[in-house]
Amino acid sequence: MRVPLWKIAHARSGDKADRADIGLFAFDAETYAVLKREVTRERLAAHFAGFNTGPVELWPLDNILALKIVLNGALQGGAARSLRMDNLGKNVAAQLLRMEIEAPQDLPRMKLMK
Amino acid sequence: MKRVRVGAGLGFYGDSWRPVRASIERGGVQYIASDHLSELTLAILQKDRQKDPTAGYARDGVPMLAELWPLAAKRGVKFVLNAGGLNPQGARHAIAKTFRDKGWKARIATVSGDSVLGRIDELRAAGEPLAHMDTGADLSGVRDRMLFANAYLGAQPIADALSQGADIVLTGRVADAALTLGPLAHEFGWRWDDWDRMAAGLTLGHLLECSGQGSGGNFGSAGEWAKVPDYAHLGYPIAEVSEDGSALFTKPPGTGGRVSFDTIRQQLLYEVHNPHAYYSPDVVLDMGRLKFEDRGNDCVHIVGASGAARPKTLKIVAGYQDGWMGTGMIGFAWPEAYAKCEKSAEIIQTLVKERGWAVEDTNVEYVGYNSLLGANADPTYRDQLNECFLRMTIRTGDKRIADAFGRLFPWLGLSGPPYVGSLKGVQPAKELLGIWPALVRRELVEKNIKIEIENI
Repeated sequence: MRVPLWKIAHARSGDKADRADIGLFAFDAETYAVLKREVTRERLAAHFAGFNTGPVELWPLDNILALKIVLNGALQGGAARSLRMDNLGKNVAAQLLRMEIEAPQDLPRMKLMK
Repeated sequence: MKRVRVGAGLGFYGDSWRPVRASIERGGVQYIASDHLSELTLAILQKDRQKDPTAGYARDGVPMLAELWPLAAKRGVKFVLNAGGLNPQGARHAIAKTFRDKGWKARIATVSGDSVLGRIDELRAAGEPLAHMDTGADLSGVRDRMLFANAYLGAQPIADALSQGADIVLTGRVADAALTLGPLAHEFGWRWDDWDRMAAGLTLGHLLECSGQGSGGNFGSAGEWAKVPDYAHLGYPIAEVSEDGSALFTKPPGTGGRVSFDTIRQQLLYEVHNPHAYYSPDVVLDMGRLKFEDRGNDCVHIVGASGAARPKTLKIVAGYQDGWMGTGMIGFAWPEAYAKCEKSAEIIQTLVKERGWAVEDTNVEYVGYNSLLGANADPTYRDQLNECFLRMTIRTGDKRIADAFGRLFPWLGLSGPPYVGSLKGVQPAKELLGIWPALVRRELVEKNIKIEIENI
């Protein structure tokens, strides 16, 4: 079934010059395996196509059940020259949590969110 | 077994130091590591210094110490803070004056030598092109618009200052985590090529450098954020470190916030690029083998930092003048709040065009609809919003145009669509800054590092 990431994961984003970076975290190992499979560079590139101009980088971290995501070229050159309200990219993580992935309906967190 | 407790100070210029009191009074800390400089703070400080050559440091360092030093001195707590900004000596003079007025004693050190703005030609002559780290662009395009250029120094001069007996170490630009690694290396006598211990110190410094973000603040989540207790009294994080670099990460008893596996792994990855090669002046950290064991009661045990040899270069971040931003805003109530914002944007664009203004970029956002979520905003309720604000910004090379842009908006109140709000004055032009990251051989910077100590 299609599941939005906010139901099964949490995330924080920040900025470094023109890069927006996001940590995406599973609450449990089972969900982490699903995130690792479904949250791909291609899907991320499509999800952020509205404002990211550069390549997407992605690193899985099994030790903390996390994906590290970097959008190279997402902040109009950087916070201090950005025209946007969210010049610091703090809400890029919220944008990510709106992404939908294919996930089994019996993930631990899904039972909790019912 | 010896343990050293380092508490977080500020996480940015303008952050609150009120929570630091709890760390000193009830957190058993020996050091407060306080980060006053974001990537861009130096641009603000540069403007201060242009107006007044004795300024150019983060002004919040003085009132922070004025309030906390009596508590700290009584318990032997030391401060390491980068509030020196572009003028560490100026910051020291200001603090010394306050301390003398109050009759307090302290040994205050400054660490300087990070600023390379006056040394650009010298560095280039020494074979450092200072090309843009990401794009490879040549520096000459921005050279004469540069406002500041500072190298990120490491923890070594901080440890040196502490070993010379400093109670307060004031630095300019240093790697944020060096504010923590410096005291740890000093206390434990860690070797500077003991890469795993360096990596442990870097990890803990990184977890502490954003104040409340290391203890439950800005906990990015749906629903979970609401379970963080007592935001109003959120305690800043504390690392209790052992000689081998392992640590208990916690916060002062009786404070709000939360230290857990979930909250601190968010901070671990915050503003990190490659987590397997997190560069600092002192070590390159691999986060891939860290173990966070949540022991409950706001305690997480941390082990497993692994490090590789420090880089031969230091990172410089320079800021340069990059045009002006003009801003205009107007709000509308139901009915058709969004449609009226859209119409207003169209009207403003017509006016700009008719005036023939040289505008490089125009940004149109709808506050209450998509100003934070951008293209990922959900349009379902767009046309039924209770209220909506149009925010428009432009980029221009001409300050007068940026100033005039905001003045286009108030007129809409009587001559545009109905039911307006927020005509609360006009925003002046804002200077925009470009960031120029570059690398430089470390010895070219480090030979100029200066540690000065003043007894008060």
